Amino acid sequence: MPKTEVKIIGFLCNWCSYAGADMAGTARMKQPASLRVVRLPCTGRVNPLLVLKAFREGADGVLVSGCHPGDCHYNEGNYYARRRMEVLERMLPALGIDPARFHYTWVSASEGAKWADVVNEFTRRVKQVI
Amino acid sequence: MLGVFVCQCGTNIAATVSTDRVVQAAKSMLGVVHAESIQYTCSDPGQRAIIDAIQQKGLTRVVMAGCSPRMHETTFRRAIGRAGMNPFMLEMVNIREQCSWIHSDIDEATEKAIDLVRKGVARVRRQKPLQAGSSPVTRRALVIGGGVAGIQAALDIADAGIPVTLVEKSSTIGGNMARLDKTFPSLDCSSCILTPRMVEVKQHENIKLMVNSEVEKVRGYIGNFEIDIRKKASCVIEENCTGCLICQEKCPSKAPDDFNVCAGESKAISIPFSQAVPLVASLRKEYCRLFIKGKCSVCQKVCPAGAIDYEQEDIVVTEKFGAVVVATGFGLYDWKQSYPTYGMGMYPDVINALKYERLLSASGPTGGRIERPSDGKEPRDIVFISCIGSRDESVGRPQCCSIGCMYMAKQAILTKEHIPDSQSYIFYIDVRAAGKGYDEFTRRAQTDFGAIYIRGRVGKIYPRGGKLVVMGTDTLAGDQVEIEADLVVLATGLTPAEGAGQLARRLNISTDGQGFMAEGHPKLKPVETNTGGVFLAGACQGPKDIPASVAQAGAAAAKVIGLLSQEELETSPMVAEVNQLKCAGCFKCRDVCPYGAVEAQDARDGQVAHVIASLCQGCGLCNVACPPGVISLKGYTDNQLIAEVVEVLR
Repeated sequence: MPKTEVKIIGFLCNWCSYAGADMAGTARMKQPASLRVVRLPCTGRVNPLLVLKAFREGADGVLVSGCHPGDCHYNEGNYYARRRMEVLERMLPALGIDPARFHYTWVSASEGAKWADVVNEFTRRVKQVI
Repeated sequence: MLGVFVCQCGTNIAATVSTDRVVQAAKSMLGVVHAESIQYTCSDPGQRAIIDAIQQKGLTRVVMAGCSPRMHETTFRRAIGRAGMNPFMLEMVNIREQCSWIHSDIDEATEKAIDLVRKGVARVRRQKPLQAGSSPVTRRALVIGGGVAGIQAALDIADAGIPVTLVEKSSTIGGNMARLDKTFPSLDCSSCILTPRMVEVKQHENIKLMVNSEVEKVRGYIGNFEIDIRKKASCVIEENCTGCLICQEKCPSKAPDDFNVCAGESKAISIPFSQAVPLVASLRKEYCRLFIKGKCSVCQKVCPAGAIDYEQEDIVVTEKFGAVVVATGFGLYDWKQSYPTYGMGMYPDVINALKYERLLSASGPTGGRIERPSDGKEPRDIVFISCIGSRDESVGRPQCCSIGCMYMAKQAILTKEHIPDSQSYIFYIDVRAAGKGYDEFTRRAQTDFGAIYIRGRVGKIYPRGGKLVVMGTDTLAGDQVEIEADLVVLATGLTPAEGAGQLARRLNISTDGQGFMAEGHPKLKPVETNTGGVFLAGACQGPKDIPASVAQAGAAAAKVIGLLSQEELETSPMVAEVNQLKCAGCFKCRDVCPYGAVEAQDARDGQVAHVIASLCQGCGLCNVACPPGVISLKGYTDNQLIAEVVEVLR
C-alpha cells in the first residue's frame, strides 16, 4: 500500500536552488509537505556518502539541486556535483536502493515555478516506488 | 544553553503553522533551555525580547525559526551580537518561504516545522564560535555598458572621487538613447540631453573610457575583483584619430548602418554618428575590402593623421576593481519569424519603432524627413501596432515592454508635427501610461494630434497597389477593421542585449526566464545581485524607460560609493580549515579548489595542506574531496550535516 506522506531530504545550494525554493514560497506555489531542506553553500559540498546516510536514516527520497551547469556561484562546484551524483545514481541499484528515489537537478534563483514542479513531480515519483 | 525563537510573522507563519506546538516540541529537544513564540521577531520589540532572553537565561546558541535566512540572517546575527553572543552561533530555520507559505494543512505544516527546528537545534549544537575576517577594498569601479544608465552610474561614482572604468562594446557610448529623436513625455530632444553627459564622461578625470571593449574574464569577489577586458582591434589608433571623417567618405566598402537600424547605409570604416564619444573611426574587418579581397588601403592613404593601423591586434588588460555595475541595456525582439502574417520582413514598409525613430531624427539618414523605405515617398497613413513580442503568450513572451504605449504616442505626435496632413492609427491592447505625466501625454496624442486608437490586434498585413492593407479587429466596437497604410510601425518587445547572458555567467549573476539579469530581491534589493559587489542599472534588469534607468543607475552608484568608501570589508568566517595533524598531504583539496586557496606547508614529515582564509570563498569542494575528511568547511562540517540529516528523519 503506498504511503500517503513521504519524507524527502533536499540538499540545496544557497545561491540558486535555495533561492528558487524561496521564490516559489514567496509566490505561494503549493507543494506537498514531503521535503526537508538542508541548505549548503554549493552542491559541490554534497558528499555522496551524505546522500547514502539519508537513505540509511530512513529517507524515502533524496533530492540534490544546484545552479545550472555553467552558472555555479563558485564557478565549477556543480560540475563536481554532477559527476559525483551521476556515479552515485548508477551505484544505487547495487546498494539495493531504487534509483527512482534519488534525483539531482538544477534550478536557478529565478525558477520558482520550476522548483515547485520539481518537488511535486519527485514526491509523486517517490510515492509510487515506496 | 540553547534558545529557540519561533516567529509568527503576523499570520504569515501562524496561520498555517501552530507556533505554540512548535514551541512545546522545541522545549523537549536536547540542549534547549528556552523556547518562545514572538509575533514579529524582526521588529524592534521582537529583537528586544530575543536579547532579553539571551541575557536573562545566559543562552549561548540560538535557533530562529521564521523567514528564509536569505532574508534576515544578518538582522538576527546583529541582534544576538548586541546581546553579547558570538553572531555565528545562530541557525535560521525557514518555516515561512519553505513551509507555511507552500502548505495549507496545519498538521502537516506544523509537523514539518518541528522537524526543521529539530534539524536546526542539532546543527547549532555543533556550531563553533567564528570570527569574521576582513579584506582590503580596491577603490575602483567598473561600469559595463555605455548607455544612459552606464553613463549616469559612471558619472555619479566618479563625482564621488572614485576612479571608474567604463567599458562599452561598440565604438561609441550613448547606447539606445542616442538613437532616439525625442523622449516622452516632455518631448525633450534626446541628443540635447544625452550628448553633454557623454562628453562629460570623456572629460571626467576619474573616468577611463574603453570602447570596442568587452569583459572577458572575472575573478575574485566583492571588494577585490580582477577582471580581464578585451579591447578589440579597430584598426584605428584612437589617440591619433581626429574624427575628420575623410576615411569614411573615401571608403569604397559598403556596410550596414547598425546605428540607424539599417535605415541607411554606412561604410566599413565609420563613425556611427556625428556626436559619437569618442569621436573616433573604427573599421569593421568583415566588410572591409582590404581584409576580404586583400587590396585597398584607401583609408590609410587618405588619413591625414596617420591613424590607420591594419596590424592592430586585440589587447587584453587586467584590472582590479572593488565593485561592478552592469548596465548592458536592451535589444529588440526579432519579430520576423514569430509573426508570419506580418510578412516576415518581406515588406520593406513594415519596420520596427527604433528604425522609425531614426527616420524621425534630424540626425538620421534622411535628415528628419520621413521616407518610406520602399520608395522614399512621404507616408500619409501610418499604422502603429503595439505588443509585438510582448504580452503575447503565443510567442512565449508574456511580459510588458513597459515603454511601447508611450513611444507609440510620442511617435504619433512627432509624425503629425513632421507631416501635418498625416493620420496615425494605433492598435493597442491596453494603454499603459502609469508614469508622471504619461497618461496626459497619451491623451494629447489623441486630442491634439488626432491619433486614432483602435483596441485590438492586427491579424494580417498584405500589400495592395503600393500600400499595405492592415486587417485587424476593433474589440471595443466588435468590428473588423481594414486600413490602407503607407507605413506600418511595430512596437517590438525588449530583450536583453546581445551577449548579456554570457556576461551574466561570467559575473555569476542569475537571469530570469527572458534572460534579464536578476536583482537580489524584487522589493528590497532592486539594484543588488546575488553576487556581492555586482550591481544592476537600467534595462539589463528588465524593460524600463529612461527616467527609471537613470534612477536605478543613481541607486547602483550610491551602493558602489557606499561599498568603496569602506577601507576593509568583513569576510565570511565560514571558510575551510585543515586538521594538519591528520592531513596526509595528498592535495586533492588543492586540485579542486577554484580559488587557489589551498597551499602546501612544511610539516614534520612532509608537506600538509593549509587554507589561505582570505582567498577561501567557502564552497566546500575540498571538504568532499578530502579522502580522510580532515579539511572541513566551518559552519558546514560533516558532523553538522550528518546531525541535520539524522535529526530531521528522527
